[in-house]
Amino acid sequence: MRSVAAEPSAPSAGASGAPGTGAGRVTLRGVTKRFGKVTAVSDVDLDVDDGEFLVLLGPSGCGKSTLLRLIAGLEDPTEGTITIGDDVVDDVEPKDRDVAMVFQTYALYPHMSVAANIEFPLRSRHVDHGERTRLVHEVATSLGLNGLLDRRPAALSGGQRQRVALARAIVRRPLVFLMDEPLSNLDAKLRVQTRAELIDLHHRLGTTVIYVTHDQVEAMTMGDRITVITDGVVQQTGRPQDVYDHPANLFVARFIGSPPMNTLAGTVATDGDAPAIVVPGGRIPLPASLAALMAGHHGRDVTIGVRPEHLAFGADGPVAATVTLVESLGHERLVVCGVGGGELVIVRLDSDEDVPAVGSAVRITAAVEHVHLFDSVTSARLDGAPVP
Amino acid sequence: MSFVGEERRPGTRRPRTRRRRRRREIGLAFLLLSPSLVVFGVFVFYPLVKTFSLMFYKTPPFPGLPSRYVGFDQIRDVLTSSDFLESLRTTVLFALYTVPTGIALGLLLAVVAHQRLRGIAVFRTIFSSTVATSVAVASVIFFTLLNPQVGLVSYWLGREGGTGILQDPRWALPAVSIATVWQTLGLTFILMSAALQAVPDELLEAAAVDGAGAWTRFRRVTLPLLSPTIFFATVIGLISAFQAFGQIDLLTEGGPLNKTRVLTYYLYQAAFRSNNDGLAAVLAISLFAITLGLTLLQLRLIERRVFYAR
Repeated sequence: MRSVAAEPSAPSAGASGAPGTGAGRVTLRGVTKRFGKVTAVSDVDLDVDDGEFLVLLGPSGCGKSTLLRLIAGLEDPTEGTITIGDDVVDDVEPKDRDVAMVFQTYALYPHMSVAANIEFPLRSRHVDHGERTRLVHEVATSLGLNGLLDRRPAALSGGQRQRVALARAIVRRPLVFLMDEPLSNLDAKLRVQTRAELIDLHHRLGTTVIYVTHDQVEAMTMGDRITVITDGVVQQTGRPQDVYDHPANLFVARFIGSPPMNTLAGTVATDGDAPAIVVPGGRIPLPASLAALMAGHHGRDVTIGVRPEHLAFGADGPVAATVTLVESLGHERLVVCGVGGGELVIVRLDSDEDVPAVGSAVRITAAVEHVHLFDSVTSARLDGAPVP
Repeated sequence: MSFVGEERRPGTRRPRTRRRRRRREIGLAFLLLSPSLVVFGVFVFYPLVKTFSLMFYKTPPFPGLPSRYVGFDQIRDVLTSSDFLESLRTTVLFALYTVPTGIALGLLLAVVAHQRLRGIAVFRTIFSSTVATSVAVASVIFFTLLNPQVGLVSYWLGREGGTGILQDPRWALPAVSIATVWQTLGLTFILMSAALQAVPDELLEAAAVDGAGAWTRFRRVTLPLLSPTIFFATVIGLISAFQAFGQIDLLTEGGPLNKTRVLTYYLYQAAFRSNNDGLAAVLAISLFAITLGLTLLQLRLIERRVFYAR
C-alpha cells in the first residue's frame, strides 16, 4: 500500500519498515493517562490497521487529543502499551517513532520559509541536500505550494498554512499520520474542499491516518472507521454507517447524526396486542426482534430512540404531538414537535412534503424497523442482533 | 468650530473670533507646557548646548583665569591622547566582558529554570533576585568577597594577604566585570525567561515529532524565536555597560594604573576631580556619539537580522 509509484519514495534515512508489511499498524492495549487526579484517557484498547483512516471522534475535552499525543510520544501513558508496527514504543522518543503530526494550529516554524518548514523533518534525519531539495519540490508540487516556497508562514492564508503543515508531514513518508483537528481553523467552504483533498491524499499515499475531530460530518465522510470517545473512554468503534445505524449506547446515538436522534424515556408494555413502548403522548410499537427481546419485561424503564428521518406524520400515528417550530433548510425541513411532558422531538421532512402549521395538533409515526432501545440505567443499546 | 445648520449672516465677526480663539489656545498650550519647558531647558537643553560650546574652550590651569577659545584643537588633542584611547579601550573591553557573558548566562539560567521540576520556583526566585539588588549593594558584596584580607574569593584563589584582585592591574577589570554580570543577571534572566515562555509548546512538539533532538530543537526553533529578546538585551546591556559608573567608583576608583577607568569614570575625574571642563565636555560628547552610533547600528541590524513573530 505504501509504495504508490507516482509518489515520493521513503527517504533512506527514515526508520520506515518495508511497504505492505503492516508496519503502519497501531495497537493500544489498556492505555490510561492521568494528569494528577484527572483521568484523561481510561483503559483504551484500539487496533488501527496498516493503511487505515481511523477517526477519533468526541466532544471537546473527551481525551481524544491526549490519545493522539500518547501515540505521538508527546505524553507518556500512565498505564498500558502502545505498539507501532511490531515495535512497542513506550520508551521510544517522538523523534524515533516515525510518525508525523499535523497540529490544529499547524505549528509552522514562523522564522522559516515554507521550503525550510517542509524540509525540517528531512534535515533532522540527515537526508542529504540534493535528496531534500527533490523531495520538497515533489511534495510542494503535489500540494500546489510551488509558488509559495520562499514565503514565511505569516504571509500565507489559513488554507495555505494548512497545506504546508500537511506537506511537512508527508514529505518523509512516515509510518503513521497523526492529525489533530487539522481542518477546524478553516472556513466552512475551504473545510469541505480540504476534506476531499485529504481523502484523496490518503488514497494516493495509503499511509495509516489517525485523525482527531469533534465534527461528526468529518468523521462520517473521512473515516474508514470511527472511534467515538467521551470522558476518556472508548464508546464504540466501527464503520461510520454501522455506528450510525447501530449506536452502541445513548451517548453515541445522540452524538452522531445531525439533527441528533430523538430519545424519549418510556416503559415496556406487553399487555396489549404486541409489545410496545409507552412514551408521553402514545405507544410506539416495536419491531419483531426487539419485541422478542422485551417479552416478559413488562413495566421495565427504557429509552427509545428514533432518528428524525425515520419519523413521519400520519393520521393514524400512535403518538400525539403539537408542532412548535418549523426550520426550513432548503433541501429539508425540520419540524419540532412537543409531545407530552414537555419533551421535544424533531421530524425531518423533504422540502416537497406538506408541513403542518405551527401550533397544530399532529400524530407521529415511527418507522418500526428503525426504532432503537437503550437501557435506562446503563444507557447501553438493547439489541437482538450483535453490533457489527 | 462651525456647526452645520447654524445660522450665519454675511459679514459677521466669526473669522476674527476663530483667530482670536486659536491664539488663546496656543497661549494656553504654552502656559501648560511652561513648567516642563523650564525643567527641560534648565536641566537638558542648556547643559547640552553648554557642553557643546565647552569643547571649544580650554580650561585654564588655575581657577579664576579666563577660558581660552581654541577651536577644534582641544577636541583633536583629547581624541588622540593616549589617556582617551586607553579609556576607550577599557570601556570596550568592559562591554565585551559583560554583555555577551551576561546574556549567555541569563539564557542558560532561563533554560534551566524553564524545566518542569518540583521546586523550580525557588530557583526562579533566586535567579531573578539580583534585579532587586542595587549597584552599591552588589559592589559592597564583591568588595568583601575580593578583599585580600577577609575575602572568600581571595582565599579560594590562594591570594590571601597578597595583592588584592582589585588592585591587580591584570585582574581588576575582569573582576569588576564579574560583579557587573552578577548584578545584571537578574534582569537578563527575567527577560530570557519571559521570552522562553512565549515560545509555543506546539512548535517544540512539532519539532520533536519531526525528528529533532533536544539540542536541535533549541538551536533551530527556540533560539531563533528568542532573537528579538536577545537583541533587545544586547542593546540594553551595551548602553548600560557604556554608562557603568557605580561599581567602578566603589570597587576600584578607576585604578589600578587606570586599568578600570572607563569613559564615564574618566569623564567624572575630569569634571569633578581636575575641574577640567573642556576635557570633560569632549569626553561627554564622544561618549554620547558612541552610544548614539551603537544604538543606530543595532537598530539597523535588528531590522535586518532578527525575526519578529507575527
